[in-house]
Amino acid sequence: MSKLKIAVVKMTGCAGCQMEFLRMEEEFLGLLENVEISYFVMAKRENHEGPYDVAFVEGSVSTPRELNELRELRKRSTTLVAFGDCASSGCVPSILNWIPPAVSARVYENFPLIHSKKESFQRVTPLRDFVEVDVELRGCPPRKELILEVLKSLLIGRKPCLKKYSVCMECKMNENVCLLTSEKRPCMGPVTQAGCGAICPTVGRVCEGCYGPMSDANAPSLAKEFMELCGMSEDDVVQKFRKYAGLDSKFEREAG
Amino acid sequence: MSLEKTVNVEYIPRVEGQGDLKIKVKGETAEVEFVVYEPPRFFEAFLTGRNFIEIHELTSRICGICPVSHQLAALKAVEKAMGVEVSDLTLSLRKLLHMGSHIQSHILNLYLLSAPDYLGYESIIPMAKDNLEIVKRALRLKKLGNDLVELVGGRAIHPVSTVVGGFTETPSKTALDSIKKRLMEAREDAIETVRFVSKFSYPDFERRCEHIALTKEGEYAINDGKLRSTEGLEIREEEYRACIKEEQVDYSWAKHSTVVGRGSYLVGPLARVNLSFNSMTELAKSLADEVGFKTPCYNPFKSLVARALEVLNLVDMSVEAIDNLNLKDERISERDFKPREGEGYAIVEAPRGILYHAYGFNGEGRVKWADIVTPTCQNAKNIEEDLKAFTPKISKMAAEDIALRSEMLVRAYDPCISCSVHAQLLS
Repeated sequence: MSKLKIAVVKMTGCAGCQMEFLRMEEEFLGLLENVEISYFVMAKRENHEGPYDVAFVEGSVSTPRELNELRELRKRSTTLVAFGDCASSGCVPSILNWIPPAVSARVYENFPLIHSKKESFQRVTPLRDFVEVDVELRGCPPRKELILEVLKSLLIGRKPCLKKYSVCMECKMNENVCLLTSEKRPCMGPVTQAGCGAICPTVGRVCEGCYGPMSDANAPSLAKEFMELCGMSEDDVVQKFRKYAGLDSKFEREAG
Repeated sequence: MSLEKTVNVEYIPRVEGQGDLKIKVKGETAEVEFVVYEPPRFFEAFLTGRNFIEIHELTSRICGICPVSHQLAALKAVEKAMGVEVSDLTLSLRKLLHMGSHIQSHILNLYLLSAPDYLGYESIIPMAKDNLEIVKRALRLKKLGNDLVELVGGRAIHPVSTVVGGFTETPSKTALDSIKKRLMEAREDAIETVRFVSKFSYPDFERRCEHIALTKEGEYAINDGKLRSTEGLEIREEEYRACIKEEQVDYSWAKHSTVVGRGSYLVGPLARVNLSFNSMTELAKSLADEVGFKTPCYNPFKSLVARALEVLNLVDMSVEAIDNLNLKDERISERDFKPREGEGYAIVEAPRGILYHAYGFNGEGRVKWADIVTPTCQNAKNIEEDLKAFTPKISKMAAEDIALRSEMLVRAYDPCISCSVHAQLLS
């Protein structure tokens, strides 16, 4: 089995996904036996231009420079992974897309100066709007077990087995009491893709949806429950759906 | 005629985020630009209108390396604005959470980002081949820090059990006992880390500048305290904006901070150790003595030694914190608190230095304005000032050596560039 040549690339994001990659402390040395890290600027000084067997791309696209880089990367990578929520659905930074530019302009004294660099960042955009994405690895961040699943799958030449069902499945397996039906709290579990292990409901906090929509999410129904059962205002429901995957078509209507 | 040399580092490697270095050395002087081109994400703008219960969750997404610091600063500011009192247990657990976060972040910098330079490797990957035991030690310590965060916060990156008012669930005694055992075993690794890092061959370079850190009587301040500096600054959190000035520069998306009436300043482990050395544990102090580290230290490269001493200090502080926990089954829900109109200001020590969060809320608990100043933003100008003083000293070297040494200086600051593109929300 030859080593997988990989790239870990950062676009606009918080580096949390790269940090999750580096959280493979126990697996690190074993990983190096099977994987050649060819490009990873946060961890290496010598970085190679490819081609790569797999590129993990963290962050969303928000500048022309990043868009060019992404297009080049697509050409040089056999498998392109949208690494985390920013790359797959915009995540928290995409809330900006709904904010009037006038508000953003209040952050820098000289906003035109920022734009004069011809690096417009009025919008935050997921990778799939520009290039073909082979694997969407959701989560903010995706837990390391999922990263390993992708790597192992590619090593043995099969499709990564990522869960398509909802967080509720994992929540039930943890034998938690349902926060939505029992406590009438606005839990995003029913429409959110599993993979996290239902960590939030397990510690008594509602799911906020940080793994993005599950495959056949019934968002309108949950939005209705949030208003009728939990007494949320329409504005609050919109804010909830806008948080991690507001740009995803499955949440598009609820995110306003 | 003095020789002019231009050195450009495109996309500074082994730091977090996207930035370049542009240096022009001309004899005894140098022009330096630390160019942050990481695209701003405008957190201060899109937080407007969001609910007070989710601010810490959203702001943790400013940074994947120090999400805990952002959560804790945001929670403290929000709680002040809402008049929410938290329990002693919450305060202790938050400190424990923060200490775990500092440990993992410090180890990342020391072993993965900085050490390869001093040992002559491009990264930890080839370094691991020749130094397996050192790398294993790094991975053990890093995992310990992450596991501590996960135990208290429910997840290592962007913790989930932290809420306004406290925690949704507190860790079990069994789990705390087990991590305490690991922390005690890690003391040897931490001691070895101080010795390992102290043996690096640091450039002989000093530049006196103002160092600023949180300080508190009788303890090594991380979450709470007064802001003090080596030049006599002494202010409360609310006074931050009156004493620190920020301005935009035309080549970088990170703003530059200065102390009003003075100049640039340094925040981070070196500043903390310089200002709170006496509050460190006896073991950390004796190790400092053993390796010949004296305060005040104005060699920015030696931030690495300060960082290693902090790891040792944090390991013992964490054990003590666990011993002193008055553990109760305390489950806070953010639904327990009613919003009110108000403002809140908070400063915590992130691994790379002081982090300022301030918010104004309307009567429904919606954000009216937000103001966040991160450590790297504050260090940006000082990094340039250091490089201006340092690079002329090595100007005779080949360009690639000047580049490497300049990068090493930047890495000593452990910049978090993604954090740095947040700036003052203008009134």
